[in-house]
Amino acid sequence: MSTDFFILMKQELIITVIIFILLLLKIGTDLSNETFMNLTNGLLLLNLVAGFVGNRSGMLFDDMFFTNPLIVLEKNILSLGTLIVSLQSADWLKKHEHVPEFYVLLLCTLLGMFFMISAGNLLLFYVGLELSGIPVAALANFDLAKKKSSEAAMKFIISSAFASGLLLFGISLVYGATGTLTFSELATHINAAPLLIFAFVLLLAGFGFKISVVPFHLWTADVYEGAPVAVTSWLSVISKGSVLFVFVSVLYTVFKPLASTWYNMLFVLSVLTILTGNLFAMRQNNLKRFLAFSSIAQIGFILVGITGSSQLASASVVYFVLVYVFSNLAAFGVVALVSAVTGREQVSDYKGFYKTNPVLSWVLTIALFSLAGVPPTAGFFGKFFLLLSGAEKGNYLLITIAALNMILSFYYYLRIVKAIFMDTNEQPIERLHIPVYPRLAMIICVTGIIVTGLAGYVYDYIHSLSIGL
Amino acid sequence: MNSIPLTHILFVSTALFFIGMYGLFTRRNLITMLMSIELILNSVNINFVAFNKYMYPDKLNGVFFSLFIITVAAAEAAVAIAIIINLYRSHRSIDVEDTTEMKY
Repeated sequence: MSTDFFILMKQELIITVIIFILLLLKIGTDLSNETFMNLTNGLLLLNLVAGFVGNRSGMLFDDMFFTNPLIVLEKNILSLGTLIVSLQSADWLKKHEHVPEFYVLLLCTLLGMFFMISAGNLLLFYVGLELSGIPVAALANFDLAKKKSSEAAMKFIISSAFASGLLLFGISLVYGATGTLTFSELATHINAAPLLIFAFVLLLAGFGFKISVVPFHLWTADVYEGAPVAVTSWLSVISKGSVLFVFVSVLYTVFKPLASTWYNMLFVLSVLTILTGNLFAMRQNNLKRFLAFSSIAQIGFILVGITGSSQLASASVVYFVLVYVFSNLAAFGVVALVSAVTGREQVSDYKGFYKTNPVLSWVLTIALFSLAGVPPTAGFFGKFFLLLSGAEKGNYLLITIAALNMILSFYYYLRIVKAIFMDTNEQPIERLHIPVYPRLAMIICVTGIIVTGLAGYVYDYIHSLSIGL
Repeated sequence: MNSIPLTHILFVSTALFFIGMYGLFTRRNLITMLMSIELILNSVNINFVAFNKYMYPDKLNGVFFSLFIITVAAAEAAVAIAIIINLYRSHRSIDVEDTTEMKY
């Protein structure tokens, strides 16, 4: 019984131990930033490796907490993303005076995500969601002296608090109608009563805020632009990925009886999300803002995949998030490096980038190709599986709109590539030295983009773990 | 003892929820917006406690949930107020109309 506790909650316990080590080191010693970052990156690597060994499935605390191979894999994807973000932020952090706090907050959000993914009860789910949301607001404010940073943090905390208010009201109505909070019991109690549909709409709005689905996306661009680049990449990849994992499992298990209702809702939301994301991405000049709108469009494609509601659908979402971790973090890695050294973030600054920085240009280009979905990269396969699972339902209108939007998205991704390779610039970004950690992160990302696309067993493995509706 | 019907209490909590939402959308002062969010969360608390007492009195699920909401709301308010103080230091105002560094 007691060994069960340690084995099933292994990943959460490791993160907790790391948080305590960092806190005690911060209080008790006087380490330099450099040493501290080396130590933390080592611990995060250890955490990633430990995530792959000695896993079991099972339930704890009266069905409150459960884990299975798919959940372990999802947590490992998040751990990998955390390691990459931590490596990339090295250049920005080394001049910052609050390095330990950054890592403690970052790992607290990761812990919250782990609990949220493993939750088998709406109470634990809510606590995990808040633990993964509140520290990010503090992180968004991490450039303390910058006006934009505090504005972004304010916008984030107000909108995320409002989103959790909506979510909670939905949960309270679900509780009122069914009398239980456990996922397994809820699945048998839920029916298409008007009260439960209203509760579901509120829950959907709450989730929609967290993953920035279109009517609820208004905070995204501002927060992404204002927050430090490391936090932006964290928000756009890890934060969204974790909520997506939970969203899929909640839709497919708890709200199974309402499947026809949420299918129609997701249909409308996904079309709106893809279109708005694409149209706004076209007119952006700030690269961070541009990536924000491109990530909104990607969420639209993921929603198309979720509507499929089969084993293929759930596998394609997890696979796409894995691909998205690599491609988006590669793009943000280049942007973070350039912004940390030169402070330039406009698309026009990247004109003639290839002449001065060929390596960085290629990394950014591969990342953008993967985001757009050009065949040899993993992004193509990710989008292909998403559309395939969406097509299973036979709604060809949705698939046609999504496919046409993929073409539309080529325009703005290739606009950046054109600026990098073809345009000339009077004052190009000077030749940048790539430090060890960001270089390592870029190697991981680019290898990931190519390998996860070409090695079919990655997808087969995810597919074998997934369960559909 | 149960002389007040459940519907009355639900009416109060729903009204509180929408008052909070209205306040969040119309007020321009950040502290007031934060208070509106607290109204929303408290309406949820009333819902949980009422449902628990009137409909499912054999288990204490709802009461515990509201305890957790109170705790998390306190943490959220602490972080939000710290952010607002920092915003005041950089902008010299806590009016959302003045935070216009980023648009569109």
